[in-house]
Amino acid sequence: MILAQLQIRGEDDAGDSCVADNGFCPSWIADNWERYQDPFLEHLALTLISVAIGFVIAFGLALVAHRRRWLIPPITQITGILYTLPSVALFFLLLPLTGRGKTTAVIALVAYTLLIIFRNVITGLEGVPAEARDAGRGMGLTPRQLLWRVELPLALPAIMAGLRIAVTTTVGLTALVFLAGAGGLGEEIFNDMQFRSNVVVAGGLCVLLAVVLDLLVLAAQKLITPWTRKVAT
Amino acid sequence: MSATFAALGEFGDAISFIFSERENQRGSPVGGSHNLALLWEHLKLSAAAMGLAMAVALPLGLILGHTGRFSFLTISTSNVGRAVPSVALIALFVAFFPRSPEFLNVTLALALLAIPPILTNAYVGVRQTDRDAVDAARGMGLSGAQVIRQVELPLALPLIFGGIKTSTVNVIATATIAPLVGVVTLGDPLVAFSVYGREGQIGASIIVAVLAIAAEIGLSAVQRAVTPEGIKLERGPEGRARSRFGLTKRRIQTAP
Repeated sequence: MILAQLQIRGEDDAGDSCVADNGFCPSWIADNWERYQDPFLEHLALTLISVAIGFVIAFGLALVAHRRRWLIPPITQITGILYTLPSVALFFLLLPLTGRGKTTAVIALVAYTLLIIFRNVITGLEGVPAEARDAGRGMGLTPRQLLWRVELPLALPAIMAGLRIAVTTTVGLTALVFLAGAGGLGEEIFNDMQFRSNVVVAGGLCVLLAVVLDLLVLAAQKLITPWTRKVAT
Repeated sequence: MSATFAALGEFGDAISFIFSERENQRGSPVGGSHNLALLWEHLKLSAAAMGLAMAVALPLGLILGHTGRFSFLTISTSNVGRAVPSVALIALFVAFFPRSPEFLNVTLALALLAIPPILTNAYVGVRQTDRDAVDAARGMGLSGAQVIRQVELPLALPLIFGGIKTSTVNVIATATIAPLVGVVTLGDPLVAFSVYGREGQIGASIIVAVLAIAAEIGLSAVQRAVTPEGIKLERGPEGRARSRFGLTKRRIQTAP
């Protein structure tokens, strides 16, 4: 077949009937655990970097668009097109500009997060009750103070919801960046797609990473928005 | 500056790959009309997966939404679905069903990826229908099935098509990696660099990108066409423009 596939079932496994029968082999997994360590960390780093950059850009765009309402439709359209572009296609469309590697991967992943985060920040800011704004103005807050002290805190649940979607989606997409030569857990899956133990471990690590990051963002949200916690009555 | 021109040059080669035939290093013809076979396989795979996903997810979503049961489960499938990498799912099918045909394996994997957005959107769409309208329909003596068909389904159609749109675009994008397990779609030039060369990689990427955007635009038009007049009036002109990429206020977060 196509890209060079590595044979990860080594010579010393030849005697292992479980590996030979392509079963699900706990002993093989225990012996080969370190194999997945670096790709896992690579996967984590790519995800965090991409979401962080995407958040900064999308959050900035949303703050600008919050002041100048007419910017919302064009920004939504442009980020929408970036969201629609298949990331695998984007990896190769970027080839002539940024070549193969992590830069290309991060650009494609960032492009994908923009719409998700932008949309949620805008939705959150729009959901702020008019009374809260009025009260803030009545207290003599400037527009800037109003934004940072009233509107953004009230928009936090929606913003964090967007961040959660962005994080889980990006973990899934990062499994494809090996096509751009950027490694990650996807490369381990691809190295031996027929070997059950390999697919289950590498795929399972992806899902585990997504779930853990999702729960961390959720915990962070609960921590910074204490008023959304249910009050015992 | 020269880098920009070099880039244009490669895109120029890629566009020529889309429209004109050439011989690859092994002497077999690629590009031009030979892309049509890849396109056909791509569309066939996407259609099979979407058909299967809709056949499962739409009835289930409508019924669950109508009864309002299993809310937590239905909403979380779409969260869990997002976390499962497409390549892992395809590999799982290939690893555990090595005997079944590749096309079937990939179709099943893609269908599983497509189900959560359709299911969740159908469920939320039905749940969000005006309860007064449903009560009125019941009061008029409509049966459960009639309520679903005549009231809840039409009112939920915009969201339902939103889910179908999301899944279709996602399936078209994911069908690109099917050649990794031997189903020769438009992704073949992307992964088989030695056969198609750089212009093939970039050219096929352009076709996939255009296909995905065309699906998004086409299904958005369908979504607008099936939106009942009443909902359009409620939203007003501004809301209509902004509902395109899911910028409407929703009580429950669904796929965009």
